[in-house]
Amino acid sequence: MSRIRVIVPGLESSVQDLGRFGWAHFGVSASGAADPLALRAGNLLVGNAENAAGVEMTLVGAELEFESAAVIALTGSDFGSGLPLWTPVEIPPGGLIRCTATRGGARCYLCVRGGIQAPKIMGSASAHLMTGVGGGRLRKGDVLAIGDAAIRRPRKPASGFPSWSPTPTLRATAGPQAEWFGEELYRHAYRVSEESNRMGLRLRGPALTGLAAHMISEGVPLGAIQAPPDGQPIILFVEHQTTGGYPKPANVISADFWRLGQMRPRDEIRFERVTIDEALRFLQRQEEWLYSL
Amino acid sequence: MTIRPASDRALLVEFDRVISPAANAQVRSLTVALAGLRGILNLHPAFASVLVEFDPRLVAHDAVEALVRERAGASSEPDADDRLIEIAVRYGGDGGPDLEDVARHAGLAAEAVVKLHSSATYTVYFVGFATCFPYLGGLPEALATPRLSAPRKLVPAGSVAIGGSQAGVYPLASPGGWRLIGRTRLPLFDIHGEPPALLRMGDRVRFVPVKGPER
Repeated sequence: MSRIRVIVPGLESSVQDLGRFGWAHFGVSASGAADPLALRAGNLLVGNAENAAGVEMTLVGAELEFESAAVIALTGSDFGSGLPLWTPVEIPPGGLIRCTATRGGARCYLCVRGGIQAPKIMGSASAHLMTGVGGGRLRKGDVLAIGDAAIRRPRKPASGFPSWSPTPTLRATAGPQAEWFGEELYRHAYRVSEESNRMGLRLRGPALTGLAAHMISEGVPLGAIQAPPDGQPIILFVEHQTTGGYPKPANVISADFWRLGQMRPRDEIRFERVTIDEALRFLQRQEEWLYSL
Repeated sequence: MTIRPASDRALLVEFDRVISPAANAQVRSLTVALAGLRGILNLHPAFASVLVEFDPRLVAHDAVEALVRERAGASSEPDADDRLIEIAVRYGGDGGPDLEDVARHAGLAAEAVVKLHSSATYTVYFVGFATCFPYLGGLPEALATPRLSAPRKLVPAGSVAIGGSQAGVYPLASPGGWRLIGRTRLPLFDIHGEPPALLRMGDRVRFVPVKGPER
């Protein structure tokens, strides 16, 4: 079995697939790739099933040594490795991939032909970093096994891949308590706070004001925009709590989940209101691009 | 029952806007009825609502809504496997640093708090928020105590706690603002367990005081 050795782990690198679904009724959120589109594309490019496990790197990437020849794809943001992104690349035996600080968004994915072979805990290889379920951050000296889960030949380099911006517009549909709120969310820019993590992206900007009505805790989905009492929005991210008692004016659309994974502290974001039908059309278009790879 | 979209991949099914055993029974029944259906990714039961997360590429909002309406009415029979789980607790000491505060708030002696807390039978309203965290109904009213004004940065796993009129147990070490009155060694979460959670919705729970030093 071929292996990858972690020479330098980077800031927050971990093994991720598309997440651990079916456990929310036990309080376990899905986790999974913060930018699922980049992981899926990377897997398809190297000939894997889209949900194979890869390495997610955050802000500062890893240095990885390949024991044997491998085919990889780097997707998401450019972490200065000198290798082309969104392209299958052959790595020679002993090859070293040296990622550094990001030159774009928050995350870069390394997908390897055959997938990272990691034990599936509750159906998924994804590390849930806040609880340690499924593993934690990669550390210096860790060894990752490459699996044999490739299902087809590597693909041609991708074109038309998603383009990152430090001032993204996130499209959102109405949340369950949308009628409690005014228009602040859509009128102003919000800055991503340093306190953000895989549980939640904390924003700073004009406070959301609304009804100070009491509500009991209810289930909350990925991308929900919560308004706590101080009015500073929190976007629930991949390791989010499964229930919450704060009202939610809006929810980021599925087609923009990848943007959440690329948002860095201090990025400035805006929100645009869309209908559910529009959101599903954007998703359809994105899926068509993905399957054109 | 009201059903409305929570996102482009989730519907919120609400049975009530207050905590009630009747609404919670409907929550439990619907959660069981929807488990494992095609396209359903996750079910988030809570006090009086269920959030149904689905894959919009496989099923549409109106199809999921129709499914919910069909299944919600289908059965309200409680499960045959109602369980009573006993949780051994060492009250007070290092594991229960807030026992005296709860006693003071209740105007009771610490022993009386332990007696009251361990004589009630609780019901698991739902498991949620954090990994395997049980929301327990049935706390004797006298023991209701406001949360800490500033949450602790680290609450140890197994901490038996009171948050307002709710009782709970922290399954994993985590930040938390509930009042800690004791600690159990019984694991509430086992990643290799099937299921991984000790407590499920609808379970009844009793706390049994244990004496002596923590092993």
